[in-house]
Amino acid sequence: MTTYRFTCIVCPLGCAIEVDVEDGKVLEVKGHTCPRGKEWAVQEVTNPKRVVMSVVPVEGGALPTVSVKTAEPVPKEKIPELMQFLAGIKVKAPVKIGDVVAEWEGIKIVATRGA
Amino acid sequence: MEPFPEIPMLSYDVLVIGGGPAGMAAAVRARELGLKVLLLDENDYLGGILPQCIHPGFGLHYFREELTGPEFAARLAKKLIELGVEYRTSARVLEIKNYSDLEKVVIFTSPSGVYQVWTKAVIYAAGARERHAFEIGIVGDRVSGIYTAGEAQTLMDIYGILPGKEIVIVGSGDVGLIMARRFALEGAKVKAVVELMPYPGGLARNVMILKDFNIPLYLGHKVVEVRGKGRVQRVKVVKVDENLNEVPGSEFWIEADTLVISAGLVPAVKNLKKIGVEIDPATGGPVVNDRLETSVPGIFVAGNSLVINDLVDYVAEQGELAAEGAKEFIDNGGIESRKWVKVEKGSNVRLVVPHYLSGERDVYLYLRVAKPMEDVELGIPEIGKRLKLPVVKPAEMIRVKLKAEEIQNADGKLTVEVVKA
Ligand SMILES: Cc1cc2nc3c(=O)[nH]c(=O)nc-3n(C[C@H](O)[C@H](O)[C@H](O)COP(=O)(O)OP(=O)(O)OC[C@H]3O[C@@H](n4cnc5c(N)ncnc54)[C@H](O)[C@@H]3O)c2cc1C
Repeated sequence: MTTYRFTCIVCPLGCAIEVDVEDGKVLEVKGHTCPRGKEWAVQEVTNPKRVVMSVVPVEGGALPTVSVKTAEPVPKEKIPELMQFLAGIKVKAPVKIGDVVAEWEGIKIVATRGA
Repeated sequence: MEPFPEIPMLSYDVLVIGGGPAGMAAAVRARELGLKVLLLDENDYLGGILPQCIHPGFGLHYFREELTGPEFAARLAKKLIELGVEYRTSARVLEIKNYSDLEKVVIFTSPSGVYQVWTKAVIYAAGARERHAFEIGIVGDRVSGIYTAGEAQTLMDIYGILPGKEIVIVGSGDVGLIMARRFALEGAKVKAVVELMPYPGGLARNVMILKDFNIPLYLGHKVVEVRGKGRVQRVKVVKVDENLNEVPGSEFWIEADTLVISAGLVPAVKNLKKIGVEIDPATGGPVVNDRLETSVPGIFVAGNSLVINDLVDYVAEQGELAAEGAKEFIDNGGIESRKWVKVEKGSNVRLVVPHYLSGERDVYLYLRVAKPMEDVELGIPEIGKRLKLPVVKPAEMIRVKLKAEEIQNADGKLTVEVVKA
């Protein structure tokens, strides 16, 4: 059995949560004060995900880059692959905030700054 | 001294200095209250530092939605433009002159020339400056490759340039941690985050970044020296004891081509000091009353110029409050109070604003503790106020509401303390 310990980040309480895992199965979650914390901790050990943000070059904009984010969280281990993909993108002005500038494995890449 | 006759003169009710979230929120509110307002910013875009903070974590309170920095800025800018607030970018304020309570002159430069503005009130929202390498006692070779976090962030997230490949970051506050993630994501190797204190300076959600990218965190350590020829080649790290003194013989070197300093922000108040605004040594910002008016009547302050905020939501809230103060000031020719109650720092309170309360209105107190503690009570003994808090950390600003009635019960002063429950 492995015990994972982390500080919950769902809210500012910052509970110290422990998750016992055996053969990829969650046995017990301890230390959380709410169901959201428990859910987060379970996901954190089974399939951690992150929203990823970066900038991509833009042609003809006021600034040389436009900032972007994934429209949904991406599995953690796939982030380097996504960054590789983003490194290959270039966009052309005008770009409006909220525009989908690209798509990667079904995940939309959304502009967070205008250009 | 009279204003300069050869410089074109503009005239407004309120002049807002700074187009970050504090300044934009102030200008929007001032306009909604019917004032003639001008906003100036020296950058060539609105938003202050937000357009370069491309990570999420902004606006949960203010817009009830989690936004990135640029998105938060864009929402405020949209409101500003819809309301027809006058603003100028690339406009740098050089000086404020205080002729009398309702007569101030602000001088600024811009691509179309130098201007002076007659105004009744000023809202100062010029943000903060970053502490640099010399200020934290780093010695060694004068080499390229040393940046403040803000400089590195601007290079990466505005101009698309990666400042280095092997990076050491000084400081584990939110800014340092967020920079660590940006470097790692962009393919640079973050060799270490070095933190002087025995605990991390940032929010838990940001400390987790280090685990995500296997970045070593050295707590109770400091960077003391940089060596290199032309460019940073290595940095020296030393352990410190509980009194923050260097432990002899504990030093080691880390090879790196870039050193990023994220050692905290200091309110940018140079222009205010010049006109005699009283500064609180604990915040580095002005001493203010509950309308965020400084010791010079008609000069208001909000955002990071007032106190370093970790949440943009509080910054925007302060901007609105300052605008309401300016409105009251202009309508009544001053901010009056029958009595001012002084707010004092008690046990484990490092700073608290505002400093003076009138008891005529509800207020939010913003405070920071000196040391992390668990199971505590925030108390104001003079009025019997008690508030349970599970955890307090220096990194997290605490915001408490006081009702006007509560403040009225106080006799001269209120002491804010954080003690074991
Ligand atoms: C890296 C980083 C990450 C952050 N992450 C978060 C987060 O996740 N969530 C969150 O809520 N908050 C976060 N913050 C905090 C938040 O962004 C700040 O508290 C807030 O932006 C401060 O706003 P401000 O308006 O006071 O100052 P600024 O945004 O600094 O704006 C000040 C403006 O004043 C202008 N100015 C200065 N001097 C002059 C002059 N003489 N003449 C004309 N203009 C002038 C400057 O050009 C600037 O545009 C973060 C901050 C940083 C640095």
